[in-house]
Amino acid sequence: MFKKGERKHSTTSSLKQEHPEVQLHSTTPYPHRLNFYDVPPVFDVTLEEFESAALARLRILAEIESSFVRNRPHDELKTVTDGQCKKYLPLNANTASLADLQSERRTDHVGHFVLRLAFCRSEELRRRFVKAEMTLFRVRWDTDDTGERNAFLKSRSFGWEEVGAKEKEMYKEELMAVPSSIKQSELRSQSDSGQYYKVRWTRVPDLVEKRRVFLKGGWAYVPEREQSSIVFQEFQTNLEKALDMTAKALPRLDEDSRLIPILNNLSQGFLAGVPSEWLSSSSSSAEGSGVKAEEIDDLAKKHFPMCMRNLHESLTRDRHLKHMGRLQYGLFLKVLGVSIDEAITFWRRSFNKITDDKFNKEYRYNIRHSYGLEGRRANYPAKSCQQILTQEQPGPNESHGCPYRHFSEDNLQSALLASYSAQGLKTTDLPEIMHTVRAGHYHVACTRVFEITHSRGGVKKGEGVGGGESVTHPNQYAARSRELEKAKQEKAENDRDAMLVDG
Amino acid sequence: MAIAKDQEAPSPELMLAFYRRLYPFKSIMNWLNHEHVPTKLYTHREFAFTLQGDVYLRYNSFNTVEDFKKQVCTLNPTRFEIGPVYSARPRDKKTIRPGGFMPLLRELVFDIDMTDYDSIRTCCSDAGICKRCWAFIAAAVKVMDSSIRDQFGYQHLLWVYSGRRGIHLWISDKEAMELTDEQRKAIVSWIAVVTGGKDSHKKVNARLGSRPLPPSLKTALEPLAHYFGDLILTDQDCFASEEGWQALLHLIPDQSVVQKLQDKWSSDSGRSSAQKWQDFKREVKGSSQRPALQAAMEDIILQYTYPRLDAEVSKHRNHLLKAPFCVHPKTGRICVPVDPDQVDDFDPEEVPTVGQLLKELDETMAQDSPEGEEHHSDSDRTSLKPYIEMLDRHAMALMDEVRRIKRDADMTW
Repeated sequence: MFKKGERKHSTTSSLKQEHPEVQLHSTTPYPHRLNFYDVPPVFDVTLEEFESAALARLRILAEIESSFVRNRPHDELKTVTDGQCKKYLPLNANTASLADLQSERRTDHVGHFVLRLAFCRSEELRRRFVKAEMTLFRVRWDTDDTGERNAFLKSRSFGWEEVGAKEKEMYKEELMAVPSSIKQSELRSQSDSGQYYKVRWTRVPDLVEKRRVFLKGGWAYVPEREQSSIVFQEFQTNLEKALDMTAKALPRLDEDSRLIPILNNLSQGFLAGVPSEWLSSSSSSAEGSGVKAEEIDDLAKKHFPMCMRNLHESLTRDRHLKHMGRLQYGLFLKVLGVSIDEAITFWRRSFNKITDDKFNKEYRYNIRHSYGLEGRRANYPAKSCQQILTQEQPGPNESHGCPYRHFSEDNLQSALLASYSAQGLKTTDLPEIMHTVRAGHYHVACTRVFEITHSRGGVKKGEGVGGGESVTHPNQYAARSRELEKAKQEKAENDRDAMLVDG
Repeated sequence: MAIAKDQEAPSPELMLAFYRRLYPFKSIMNWLNHEHVPTKLYTHREFAFTLQGDVYLRYNSFNTVEDFKKQVCTLNPTRFEIGPVYSARPRDKKTIRPGGFMPLLRELVFDIDMTDYDSIRTCCSDAGICKRCWAFIAAAVKVMDSSIRDQFGYQHLLWVYSGRRGIHLWISDKEAMELTDEQRKAIVSWIAVVTGGKDSHKKVNARLGSRPLPPSLKTALEPLAHYFGDLILTDQDCFASEEGWQALLHLIPDQSVVQKLQDKWSSDSGRSSAQKWQDFKREVKGSSQRPALQAAMEDIILQYTYPRLDAEVSKHRNHLLKAPFCVHPKTGRICVPVDPDQVDDFDPEEVPTVGQLLKELDETMAQDSPEGEEHHSDSDRTSLKPYIEMLDRHAMALMDEVRRIKRDADMTW
């Protein structure tokens, strides 16, 4: 990949002072701040630069990943990432006269390609790398100067077709009726010239998914304000393809024995750099507590968050759950500490309307699969709140998902009262909870319910599931609830012991 | 529930005779393969068999139609399903390293099932289906067929009755075959409007705030308004029962209107759905909240008539779907293609069953002179003929397109 190149850079820096406009084009290797990384670095790179450029970039990507895990909103992610970039991987606009633009961009370029080598090795790493790189590109795109961004767009063919005036007139009504997010319509005055770009719909699946384009005959009419979507999608598709190619070529590359340890080190660092408390600790807790099938009903009433209460109730009532419900509840139970044998017992008892034969044929495999005992034998983690909220929306007769989000208001209120009034939830608490639900802060509502139902255990408002943290995972909710109960029991025992001693 | 009375599981002997004499293996292969000579589209395609006693055999693949027919007649499955085209022959799966076996191509498929309409249909429930509730499916087919053709530009759409209470759509256009899982997910979200779990009242949330409906739904609204009048208000009479009209009231955003209607309807239990809808319309006209209420009316029409998809089926390339012309194991009916232009007149109860077809065959055989005359293929003597011709025409259009592309490619020389 790194061929010996003989491109000279030393001359460009002196040129820069004299003809800043001229050097923006072609004479320098990096005319733009944004880079699609179409061309690999073909110059000499020292081993030190190889490693340091990659490490700097890795820090940024790890920070981006942890932002995903912590569920940061995009704006916050942007600020955090931008701050990190300034620190470790500065990348200035052409207008910044003091910065050494070319060497900054060279570091960016080299770092990207080294990480490609390190992360093309497994499907999982590729997927995460693409997602993090995409986000980084997006942050840079958003912070880029409009003029420079347009220059970058012109430098590369994106294969879109500008929609002519005649066509625009023909579909005028439909084009106008395409919804856009409110925020963007405010921004419209800024730069929207009413231009539309035509691409095959398959190139903008994200816009199609949200119905943000007009579709005709398989062509998507992308308004200028959504143009970045095409660019991001293109970036992603390109990178995915390139990583696949690199992965295929890697074994055949005559690799330098000095590079392999560095690359291994990098990919491990990425894996470790992700705060996945709930992924890692789940296995240990699963071994420890050993929950029995017959205890689940009792635990559900005392410790489960609303989503799992709802699944449990549906299962008890209908003696059945649909596929996604079984998945959400089954994985939750697994992490809670229900062993595979107990899980099969539990599901068998719950599905008591069907024959053994049907159960064994249709459900046993799936249960074993979720425990990593069938098929690709992956150890699936339980779904986090973020996944429950955003993935697979429940269909008309399904019970999975997040009740705070997917229930109608009156159903949610009666469900909350039915489930938690025994633990101290009162009708007077509902307005506050419903207020957060209406604002779309479902995890805040869930956290508040936790606080109220555990106030007897000494949990105060604002304390959340410990240290002010809000609920981000149903298992975190249940684990904390059980912890509190255990602490209470121990305290009671100690008190009793003390009394015995006193007496 | 008319269909329930003649429901009988076909016997293995009947199934075997059906596969031997009637099943259109060649037409199915032409449709999957897009050419006469088997290509990877056929040889690398997964077939999954469900045998008697619910034994499930996955990852079968065949080099020729003859191989396929032979295997089907040996195993005599109750039904079989069609999967994706893989990067290698599915039957060699075990000999290939794990990363090397990937689904590549697959028809874009949709599944509409009557069970998703259980909360609104009043004539049947669960497995039952009759001519009346078929109208829900007919409305769905009309909307989907025209919107996919118009918006996505696909032309090779094959609608297939699922044998009991649903309908499948197979799209074989080149671009549709090549869609990634992500793109399939996007097209499903584009089309799916009725979402939300069973505990949410309002299942249609397609607009942003109070903005008008996106153009794609606006177009769908017009034909659906007709179905809403005939089907929901008159035929199904959805708002006649208290449960029915309460559900309607939940969808009205203005509390004063809800209160007024509630008083009126609870005192007069004899009001028909059409009258109630008129009451609501009158309230909307007089209300100060008119735009919001009109939007709510549109949403209600969508909620009651817009296609309800089984979304999981469409999202992944490796999902298996029952092959056309299979026999439904419970009803014995053949999964025949349906012409979307005639879907209103389609009657699921008139679809031939396997028993009926074989009887027809025996009868015509008896009439024939024992020897001499030209032998027509067996399926030509039965009422299956028009359906097979429909599939053949569909496959022919696909083959013509492949031929045209090949010819164009040759022209560049």
